[in-house]
Amino acid sequence: MSEAKEPLFSAKNLKLITSPLGIQNPITIQVLGICSALAVTAKLEPAIVMGISVTFVVIFSNLIISLLRNTIPSRIRIIVQLVVVAALVIIVDQILKAFAYEVSKQLSVFVGLIITNCILMGRLEAFALGNKPWPSVLDGVGNGAGYALILIIVAFFREVFGSGTISLPGFESIHIFPQAFYDLGYMNNGFMILPPMALITVGIIIWVQRSRNKSLIEH
Amino acid sequence: MELLNIFIKSIFIENMIFAYFLGMCSYLAVSKTVKTSFGLGIAVVFVLGITVPVNYLLNKYVLSEGALDWISKDLATVDLGFLSFIVFIAVIASMVQLVEMIVEKFAPALYTQLGIFLPLIAVNCAILGGSLFMQERGYQTLSEATVFGFGSGIGWLLAIVGIAAIREKLRYSNVPAPLRGLGITFIVTGLMGIAFMSFMGIQL
Repeated sequence: MSEAKEPLFSAKNLKLITSPLGIQNPITIQVLGICSALAVTAKLEPAIVMGISVTFVVIFSNLIISLLRNTIPSRIRIIVQLVVVAALVIIVDQILKAFAYEVSKQLSVFVGLIITNCILMGRLEAFALGNKPWPSVLDGVGNGAGYALILIIVAFFREVFGSGTISLPGFESIHIFPQAFYDLGYMNNGFMILPPMALITVGIIIWVQRSRNKSLIEH
Repeated sequence: MELLNIFIKSIFIENMIFAYFLGMCSYLAVSKTVKTSFGLGIAVVFVLGITVPVNYLLNKYVLSEGALDWISKDLATVDLGFLSFIVFIAVIASMVQLVEMIVEKFAPALYTQLGIFLPLIAVNCAILGGSLFMQERGYQTLSEATVFGFGSGIGWLLAIVGIAAIREKLRYSNVPAPLRGLGITFIVTGLMGIAFMSFMGIQL
């Protein structure tokens, strides 16, 4: 590569990946993609699969829209974006059904709902339509990873306290509390598995993040 | 009786927001005042009530396995199920456009109220979610699907008006600074969800 050209991983490009993990997190700061984020977090396994699926779709839809950005008339851009995203989601859905049928049953409609996941439309509108393909891909990687990160944190706490296990894709779920704990009277908190606790867990994550970084506080 | 059961269930027990977190993005963004959130809620009821039955018909007569039987016997084995996402989202996007035009023509007063919200709705997860749930749960008749569509819409309306009313009052409360805005809205929604869980198990 010639020296005049911007290096593939310049500081600016790296920032595209790292900032969505923290101060520009799609879920806790940009408030995108909450819809499907919460419903799949009762266990770690579906949360990880969902995180990977969304990351895949964000990266490729960002790339495709960014390649097409100069040819899409702005009046019909929403429809074009929806078609690109829907096609990618169909691919993901078929792959999951073929290779991870159990997980795809657990995720049920939420794979399809990636289409209307606000992260996709949000990033396409805000970034891919105005930037070159490579930064768009990096932006997709960053936002997908930021989304997956929150999903995994929420799912971790919900599964550990709710079911007392950790389940990773491809492995049997591990019991983390020894039987002696239960003999002494420790009980799994079934409440953590119920939907409302997902909201409260995210609320607490937001609380922790904002009290550590005062500049994010809303007024 | 079955219809009433589906209706009550879709409003209270399987509430779009508290049980499935669908439509959270607009729920969080537009719930600052009761008036606007009511407008958006009505628009969602409207669009869900139309798109779910339309998608039901498409699913029954075009997309599901063996659905093309009515055209010719040769097509009886065709399964177009993999196309359902793209068909549903296309129907929703075009229906929203159509509803917008019809409302503009025949009910200008309603249009000025809903106008800005209708385009937003095409990408509201609750709308696509309604169609996908309809497909997954396999409702038997058109009337069941319609009732389910309206019921989920009304459940969503209840939730967003409720949170908007609470947020209006919250403005005068002394919330810890890092929780202000987004954080407290999440926690309040969680608490509302716990309240709605008391409806669980109701069977008519």
